[in-house]
Amino acid sequence: MIPSRIFRLLVLFGGLIAVIDAQAAGGTKYPLEPIDTDARNLPSLQHGVKLYVNYCLGCHSMKFQRYERTANDLGIPHQVALDTLVFTGQKIGELMVNGMNPEKSKAWFGNPPPDLTMVTRVRGADWVYTYLKTFYIDEKRPLGVNNKVFENVGMPHVLLPLQGTQRMGCIQKPVILPTGAEKRDPLVPGKPITEEKCGELYLEEGTGSMTPAEYDAAIYDLVNFMAYVAEPEKLERHRLGIFVLLFLIILGVFTHLLNREYWKDVH
Amino acid sequence: MQKETPAQGKYVRMWFDFMEWVDARFPATETFEYHMSKYYAPKNFNFWYYFGWLGIVVLIMQILTGVWLTMNYVPSGAEAFASVEYIMRDVEYGWLLRYLHSTGASFFFIVVYLHMFRGLMYGSYRKPRELLWLIGMAIFATLIVEGFFGYLLPWGNMSYWGAQVIVSLVGAIPVVGGDLMEWVRGDFLMSEITLNRFFALHVIALPLVLVILVFVHLVALHHVGSLGPDGIEIKKNKGPDGVPVDGIAFHPYYVVHDIHATVVFLFIFCVVVFYFPDGGGYFLEKPNFEMADPLKTPDHIAPVWYYTPFYAMLRAATYPLLGLDAKFWGFVVMAGAIVLPAVLPWLDRSPVKSIRYKGMWSKVMLGLFVISFVVLGYLGTIAPSPAATAVAQIGTIVYFAYFVLMPWYTRIEKTKPEPERVTS
Repeated sequence: MIPSRIFRLLVLFGGLIAVIDAQAAGGTKYPLEPIDTDARNLPSLQHGVKLYVNYCLGCHSMKFQRYERTANDLGIPHQVALDTLVFTGQKIGELMVNGMNPEKSKAWFGNPPPDLTMVTRVRGADWVYTYLKTFYIDEKRPLGVNNKVFENVGMPHVLLPLQGTQRMGCIQKPVILPTGAEKRDPLVPGKPITEEKCGELYLEEGTGSMTPAEYDAAIYDLVNFMAYVAEPEKLERHRLGIFVLLFLIILGVFTHLLNREYWKDVH
Repeated sequence: MQKETPAQGKYVRMWFDFMEWVDARFPATETFEYHMSKYYAPKNFNFWYYFGWLGIVVLIMQILTGVWLTMNYVPSGAEAFASVEYIMRDVEYGWLLRYLHSTGASFFFIVVYLHMFRGLMYGSYRKPRELLWLIGMAIFATLIVEGFFGYLLPWGNMSYWGAQVIVSLVGAIPVVGGDLMEWVRGDFLMSEITLNRFFALHVIALPLVLVILVFVHLVALHHVGSLGPDGIEIKKNKGPDGVPVDGIAFHPYYVVHDIHATVVFLFIFCVVVFYFPDGGGYFLEKPNFEMADPLKTPDHIAPVWYYTPFYAMLRAATYPLLGLDAKFWGFVVMAGAIVLPAVLPWLDRSPVKSIRYKGMWSKVMLGLFVISFVVLGYLGTIAPSPAATAVAQIGTIVYFAYFVLMPWYTRIEKTKPEPERVTS
């Protein structure tokens, strides 16, 4: 076994690394909202793929993923998938591509819209989720919108009709105590004490077809689907892993006993 | 003794007859006895002695998974990236082959680093094992190059830019650098031509070299015998039957040992393969899920973790000297750090071999060496900053000091006497 001396050394490295890490982590970035993706949540994934093919696929291909794989994994019958998800006249076994011309789209947006098959593995699901929620009106940008997570992004806010118009400005926000709770007015029960904060996003009420809660849920489903596409074998990997590890545990018991049997008379 | 039935007797006899036939034509039994059943190793091998065997396990696994990956991989600039995703999605168990291979690469280095650390600790490189150590160093150097070539093949953006950074180091060599770099790449920039030659070297040339070197490493080992954690020769103390009294036959004793170690190792390995194949972004780097793009440099280029100690030393050289720029000296420092351990057998002047009987200085220096290696490894993964560079410079000095000062500190320190017999 690992001697305790070495163990102590390892702990020491951990400390050293933590110190340097604290120094290295400079620059403030927009805080990402963490989400837990769940490839078992089929209704969420089905809603996600519906949003993706309707709002995203026209520009952003998923050229490494096949419609058939998506339909099979998401529990969608092939004919239903062909009728509701495939707008390109492709066969079910084909890859999820689009007709975007990279040269023209470069002229339109500054860069061709990237393929998004593995975007959640490149940037993380939290990033994509927060990104899709933080578009705001910015008249200085060519497409009229900017983004908090990806500054000066070349993409229009495609989901604006769903979310509504979001602007950046100064708003009243509850004061947060060091304990993490909102500061309350001691005289009026329940009334939070607010302060003005600038550079905050706020929604113009009634401009979108979804409520903020509905929009958040829709974006979650969309990102959940994208996380699934990034690694469609993940569930199978987790399932198979259990059997492999159980097999190795059982095998390990026998190899341990075999080893002990041979070595019991050696001194 | 088990009672033999007539039927068993018949088959056993048939087997002996068969082996007699073989042995008359090929030294099968003789070879097995020389390398296995009559090869004696010290009885007191500990935890650190598993990693040589585990290195062979990983090598075999890399070759097998590599062969099957090659069946579907397309070494072309346009299709390499897509073919990897094809393997991940459309090839039956392709994802498993790919993750076994990518995780195997990281585990290869974990195992080899631990194996080499064992050598440093117990003086496994000391006379008469200098050649054994040199062959091992050749394996290590080949492995570094093999891993480097392999990392380009997925044709992800980090593959591309990582290879670009390392190949451009060649360009820092004075006078011939530019031409040499072009010769290595086969093109004016990293391209499909580079990919194709790296592919050829990764799947044919270097695996062949590795297998031959590992074979020679074993031949050399079995000629001189294992030293053991006490650093004393078991061959000096033989019984009347000519068998070292502190030795034990490799087969079956260490075979059953290593079988169990293999299962434990595979368990840890499979936890990573099935549940953390990215290794937290260290085994599979995030930008590598994006296709190689010569026009889009990743925000922060970092090699895979197993090269980062050397990469940190490369970046630690920040001063131009003798009219040559810092990049060239970085290259020299990095290459030196990789090659320097080869001369260890001639640097260590201690009367004893194992750290167990060496003095304070050897222990302190080995400890500092390990700390510097791990800290440098971490620094190589993060973006450079003045503080990180300063720490990396100190780490580099400590790393080199371990080797360069060894002739002195091993001589002046007070050592403990080696035991006559191996300790338990």
